[in-house]
Amino acid sequence: MSSRAFAPLEAGAFAATEKTGIAMDTSVRVAPPPGTRRDWTKSAGPARARRLGLRFVALLYLLALLGAPVAMIFYRTFEHGLAPAWNAVTQPNAMHAFWLSIELVAIVVPLNTVAGIGIALLMERGRMRGRSLLGLIVDLPFAISPVVVGLSLLLVYGRTGWFGNWLTAHSIQVIFSVPGMVLATAFVSLPFVARETIPVLHELGTDSEQAAATLGASSWQTFWRVTLPAIRWGVVYGVVLTTARALGEFGAVSIVSGRIEGQTQTLPLYVQDRFENFDTTGAYAAAVVLALLAFATLATMSLLAKRTSRDTVV
Amino acid sequence: MAIEVHGVSKHFGTFTALDYVNATVEDGSLTALLGPSGSGKSTLLRIIAGLETPDTGSVVIGGREVTAEPARRRGVGFVFQHYAPFKHMTVYDNVAFGLNVRHEPKAAVRERVEELLGLVRLDGLAKRYPAQLSGGQLQRMALARALAPKPEVLLLDEPFGALDAQVRNELREWLRRLHEEIHVTTIFVTHDQEEAMDVAQQIVVMNAGRIEQAGTPHELYEHPSNEFVMSFIGPVNRLGDALLRPHDIQILPYPDSNTVEALVRRVVHLGFEVRVELTLPDGRDIWAQVTRETAAELELAEGQILAARLPAPRVFA
Repeated sequence: MSSRAFAPLEAGAFAATEKTGIAMDTSVRVAPPPGTRRDWTKSAGPARARRLGLRFVALLYLLALLGAPVAMIFYRTFEHGLAPAWNAVTQPNAMHAFWLSIELVAIVVPLNTVAGIGIALLMERGRMRGRSLLGLIVDLPFAISPVVVGLSLLLVYGRTGWFGNWLTAHSIQVIFSVPGMVLATAFVSLPFVARETIPVLHELGTDSEQAAATLGASSWQTFWRVTLPAIRWGVVYGVVLTTARALGEFGAVSIVSGRIEGQTQTLPLYVQDRFENFDTTGAYAAAVVLALLAFATLATMSLLAKRTSRDTVV
Repeated sequence: MAIEVHGVSKHFGTFTALDYVNATVEDGSLTALLGPSGSGKSTLLRIIAGLETPDTGSVVIGGREVTAEPARRRGVGFVFQHYAPFKHMTVYDNVAFGLNVRHEPKAAVRERVEELLGLVRLDGLAKRYPAQLSGGQLQRMALARALAPKPEVLLLDEPFGALDAQVRNELREWLRRLHEEIHVTTIFVTHDQEEAMDVAQQIVVMNAGRIEQAGTPHELYEHPSNEFVMSFIGPVNRLGDALLRPHDIQILPYPDSNTVEALVRRVVHLGFEVRVELTLPDGRDIWAQVTRETAAELELAEGQILAARLPAPRVFA
């Protein structure tokens, strides 16, 4: 229970290599005749070297890909001290972009959490036909480029789009305003909760839900008291990924927002805007804020994970 | 509450799990559904509980037709084969679940849960989580949980299947005594004829989606209505179409007009019981079950030729 939350994604790969490592060792140990203790300790050497080598390569890859660039951003932001960076991020436009990003996350994440759990339940517990088709549809946002998402939203909700006339008649503005940005962000971050929840639901099985039913629980009570607590870590992980994706979304939002400074500029759009206007301090400082938000999301989750595992089992 | 099943059929794709089954279980009885795997016994149990919908037929519990009722309104306690514990809840909360979903007052819940934990001998483990319990303890927790809302009917799906032999024997004995104490109509599913004979007052033998015979253990053993029941309940010898019980074969030192010659092929001492493998003059092999006193009197040894008196064999059309 304790390592449940991260196990499938983070620890999983390492656990697997450790296990095979052990399996290889035993096979080596069985082979030599008795009384040759030294030989088999030596023969474990190459396996150990291979394991260390693998770790080195993995760490190097992570460093080159992730560590160095992120460190550089932090370095460039604070190379002239705290004051310039602080001034850059407290600019009215920067503040507005920050709060707009938070607003989008606050709307999109709950929406997609409910939708994601609903989709997962339909796929794992529903009896309807075409469940595999639903699975494909859920994965679409992974496959389609966000730019295409932005353009298609423009085609449907834009002034010349399908609903354009109707929307104009009712003076509802979707494109170049927050509703359109919510739609774009929701679209690109839809799959995460569903994709993280489906395997957990599958593993849980239906026994405990049926047990709840025989004990007199309604489907609603069963969901809240039995199913949801059992799948919560899948959901939480999905929520974290959704939050990260929603915070960082650039392509689709860039098209539907019109990138109006101080109005429809999210934090990533603001970073791009500052960068294009040769305001590197502003760009780096805003980028650091984005990175810190992401770290905060991850940290919140691991804190929650720790607390709950202490509260529950072993 | 008596349970009646009328003309129930159930198909899974092309597989016929139940083929027009009729059965009656008396109020307050302890009944075993016995059969090999795939005989439909678990499906029948799940249909009675409302966890599975029959294709045809009806289920009546205590005179009330419940075929269309969902599981939660049937007043049935169900113990799952793998216990289906709520892993995120303590033992206490597991047992209290059926009371909490009915919004019973806290004090009443506490009293009932403590009473049940005492009954299943889990007092002191109330704050544990299912992951910290042994198989036998989980089984008893599942039973306490099922009994908490005071069901009129208790259904158990292979309740002892996943336990080791010693715990299994203990729990069998205990289930029987529990039933004497609380008198709830109980049905359990098993594929183990010895377990069924040991625990149940009434046995329903199932095979290939049909009920072969229902009756007391004694009736089934002494008067099996067909070959399947006779060979499934208790050991048998097969001589062509005829079946005989090994303990009905008498071994005598000298032949008389009702005996045949038999060559002792092997003698196996199984404690009180001795298993004698014999070859008849026509070359057919059978085995007989004798007590160790008889074996000692006859001085049974391999290669000996003795006389065997065969009982009237049973032939089922």
